Amino acid sequence: MHEWSLVEALLREAERQMRAHGARSVHRLHLRVGELAGVEISLLETAYASFRERSCCERAELEVEAVPARWRCPRCEQDLLPGAALRCGGCGGPGRLASGDEIVLARIEMEVDASPAPRGVLAEEAH
Amino acid sequence: MCDTCGCGDPAIVPVELQHSLLADNDRRAHHNRAHLRADGVFALNLMGSPGSGKTALLEATAARWSGGPRLAALSGDLATDRDAARLRAAGIPSLAITTGSACHLDARMVHDALHDLPLGDRDVLFIENVGNLVCPAIYDLGQERNVVLVSVTEGEDKPLKYPVMFRRADLVVVTKLDLLPLLPEFQLDLLRENLAHVMPEPACIALSARSGEGLDAWIQWLEGARVETSGPRVALEGPAAQRP
Repeated sequence: MHEWSLVEALLREAERQMRAHGARSVHRLHLRVGELAGVEISLLETAYASFRERSCCERAELEVEAVPARWRCPRCEQDLLPGAALRCGGCGGPGRLASGDEIVLARIEMEVDASPAPRGVLAEEAH
Repeated sequence: MCDTCGCGDPAIVPVELQHSLLADNDRRAHHNRAHLRADGVFALNLMGSPGSGKTALLEATAARWSGGPRLAALSGDLATDRDAARLRAAGIPSLAITTGSACHLDARMVHDALHDLPLGDRDVLFIENVGNLVCPAIYDLGQERNVVLVSVTEGEDKPLKYPVMFRRADLVVVTKLDLLPLLPEFQLDLLRENLAHVMPEPACIALSARSGEGLDAWIQWLEGARVETSGPRVALEGPAAQRP
């Protein structure tokens, strides 16, 4: 259940970004999670649903993009066939993972007040 | 603020990032690695299922490698210090890292434990991870090599079922080889073939900690890996040059 620790790291980074940009809340988070990252996306979403309460992400939607594993031959620059041994069909050399082990916060969307709320209409919401 | 229609809604500002959620852990692991290298300690991360034989392998290693490098160990365990106690009885100065509910070690736990385990005269540090074939794989601890254990009773398909773990392995050690006569269906060649589907350069040693078969190949691998990683001592600079 390391997904819980990852969500803690996610909320810490969101908080940091929010302060850096003087935002009032987080609107949406976009994560990229590789097939070989060792992360169960549904567990990550469950952990997020629990941890977001009373955080800066309380109302923020979480989007998770699953990134398939892609192995390439570093010499021939050809993709390796999925489901086979991780050797290049051309030169026989070992493949290298080109993508598919990332766990990254790729984009964050924040709500930013450009000027004080007019007419007090948003005063309640801003709390 | 919305300045299109005057609705008063706040503006949505998108920020593109490529922030790894493991960045904090990786930074701490880098710090651990720098200190271990500066102290001339070769560190390994031992991973495998509960009962795959991690502690038994270290006990056998201490006996077989006596007169060799001076060993130390950290043992990750959910609830007890039994493994660390076994290793101390085998002559390896050891400390338990009790993780509570955490299913893996991370760089911070290793860092904190290293404050309590003097490594001054030690050459090799084994970090025995929590028994688990999933979570420990993604956390760098500051080690030089990853070793993944799989016992013959676990079956040949484990690499295909846990590709994240086996992909990270520098060496796979197949343990409990002495049980093979009881497991006529187990095919070592099939396990090696499966490894080739998840490791680009599969390296595998089969052994028995009980009978001693294969232990020499393991010690030889350790010696080789230790030599490969022992470059010139890296001097630490500035205020970071404290004990980890």
